[in-house]
Amino acid sequence: MTERILTTGNEAIGYGAIYAGCRHFFGYPITPQNQCTEFFARELPKVGGVFVQSESETASINMVYGAAGAGVRAMTSTASVGFSLMQEGISHIAMAELPCVVVDVQRGGPGMGTTQTAQMDYFQVTKGGGHGGYRNIVLAPDSVQECFDFIQLAFFLADKYRNLVFVLSDGIIAEMAESIELKTLEFDPLPEKDWALTGKAQRGGNRNFISCSNLLKRPTRDGLKALGDKYHEIEANEVRHERYMIDDADFILVAYGSSSRTSKEAVDMARAEGLKVGLIRPITLWPFPQETIKGLTSQAGRFLVIEDGLEQMVEDVRSAVEGKAQVHFLGGIARHEPGPGGMIFPDRIFEEVKRLI
Amino acid sequence: MKEKKREMEKVYGRPRLRKDLPLMYCPGCHYGIITSLVAEVIEELGIEGNTIGVSSVGCTFVTTQYFDLDFIDSAHGRSPAVATGIKHAHFGKPIVFTMQGDGDLAAIGMGCIINAINRFEKITTIFLNNAIYGTTGGQLAPTTLLGQKTTTTPNGRDPESAGFPIHIAEFFSNLKGISYSARCAVNTPANYNKARKSLKTAFQKQVDGVGYSIVEFLSACPGSWKLSPKDAMKRIADEMIPEYPLGEFKNVDNIT
Ligand SMILES: Cc1ncc(C[n+]2csc(CCOP(=O)(O)OP(=O)(O)O)c2C)c(N)n1
Ligand code: SF4
Repeated sequence: MTERILTTGNEAIGYGAIYAGCRHFFGYPITPQNQCTEFFARELPKVGGVFVQSESETASINMVYGAAGAGVRAMTSTASVGFSLMQEGISHIAMAELPCVVVDVQRGGPGMGTTQTAQMDYFQVTKGGGHGGYRNIVLAPDSVQECFDFIQLAFFLADKYRNLVFVLSDGIIAEMAESIELKTLEFDPLPEKDWALTGKAQRGGNRNFISCSNLLKRPTRDGLKALGDKYHEIEANEVRHERYMIDDADFILVAYGSSSRTSKEAVDMARAEGLKVGLIRPITLWPFPQETIKGLTSQAGRFLVIEDGLEQMVEDVRSAVEGKAQVHFLGGIARHEPGPGGMIFPDRIFEEVKRLI
Repeated sequence: MKEKKREMEKVYGRPRLRKDLPLMYCPGCHYGIITSLVAEVIEELGIEGNTIGVSSVGCTFVTTQYFDLDFIDSAHGRSPAVATGIKHAHFGKPIVFTMQGDGDLAAIGMGCIINAINRFEKITTIFLNNAIYGTTGGQLAPTTLLGQKTTTTPNGRDPESAGFPIHIAEFFSNLKGISYSARCAVNTPANYNKARKSLKTAFQKQVDGVGYSIVEFLSACPGSWKLSPKDAMKRIADEMIPEYPLGEFKNVDNIT
């Protein structure tokens, strides 16, 4: 019998990591992900793991770089402001091709912004906030269960591709509590980490060398090709999305994370009035379900993107439809109240649907 | 006639852990000597199978190629954090060391190393103080001497605009987490021998789990000092050592 518990998105990240065999967490406090860091501090030592509180997110990500280089499953979590500070390390991890997992619990605004929920890190998370045009897999959970499951998936994908995987949460997903099933997910077998730094005695005296420099790793052109090939392979194999009431839909909502939960309710409201509205929820924000959205332009002439912030993901939807459908946007200014605690409620989304139809 | 073969005893050679590669440093650079010294000491301590090196950005980057040891390079100034990750990944078992220049350690990476020491990490740092940014062509470093001309202090370092030389070995000796802090040079055989001893002690502190250890080297940089190897050596004796005295600043066997 699998165990069920009531927990929050922040803590489900922690449970998921432990179930994935992660025993190394490096982090720095920031709202709204503090319970996540605190979970690891409390729980990791109980399972023989190591928690290190770093002096900055710059240090956290470099500790993850070192630990992943040493061949263990290691992760960190942060929120927007701290995520910015990690960009240098993330870019270096991309070059060194190390399997790492990073959680970003989004809060509002550029700068210090707010400590409350928002969805405003999309560009940075999906397009590469650091230099060099690298790619990272981005998984966007919309429930506490998915926080638990996606951390396990993230570690699998990271190891499979020797790539960074982000889990993009937000203040609502992180702090809400839901009942979840605790269970270890099954994945395909993974290759040995024979490249890891374990001390050369482990390899009969042959040294391993890991580099974040193209100069030392391999010739630049070969390096570019290898990275490009890997990114294309991920694009071909790892796109994930959820379809809700899509089959006959002629008006399609597109939303991820907490906004997809409210959007689903708006779809139900529309269906109750006989409107053929459906929802596409991108689960991987990179690779983005571009082809799916493009394909749906043959049945739907209008798309409405709901994002709790300013226009970001909507750009990817516009690009996907290739001018064959109209793309509308409902963002942070549709929140129910002007302060940082506002939300885009389902009835507001439904109102927008009716206005557009 | 039967030729008599003369047997010669080999008394000195390339350390086994230093790979046989062409020299990539400028002529007269001390990084090569220091790299060999580190390789020798690791070999002598018998820890090579379990030792992992971390380099940062600077001419230390090249050292990654010479060591026949597991190695990783890292972003500018971040090697103590990377070393922390490696050390904890294997639950404290490997011997981990960083190789860092003065810009790397004392400018961009100062916060990183101080916090690693203060977290009581058991890591060893080889700090290469050449009083300049070598790789990028000779700009001001935190350790640049007063009056020293660099490409960004063309009239010589003036404390009003560029501050003072920083004394890392003394400074870090005041941190609780430090088990060993010394400053060395390799400009004379006597100093070379002392440096060897210091390096060995520093690694031994890590093997014994006492605390963080650091050895600062005064290192000639003829390339970016724009001096001949001979004049660069002279600067070590005449200008660097008077500003940066050699010696041990902390050596403890127990930190509580
Ligand atoms: C974030 C970042 N800023 C700047 C640089 C450019 N850079 C490369 S080496 C270097 C100076 C290194 O000087 P130092 O640490 O003294 O080492 P040395 O070259 O003397 O060995 C700089 C500034 C960089 N690589 N990364
Ligand atoms: S620039 Fe200076 S530190 Fe770098 S190799 Fe040349 S002499 Fe050595």
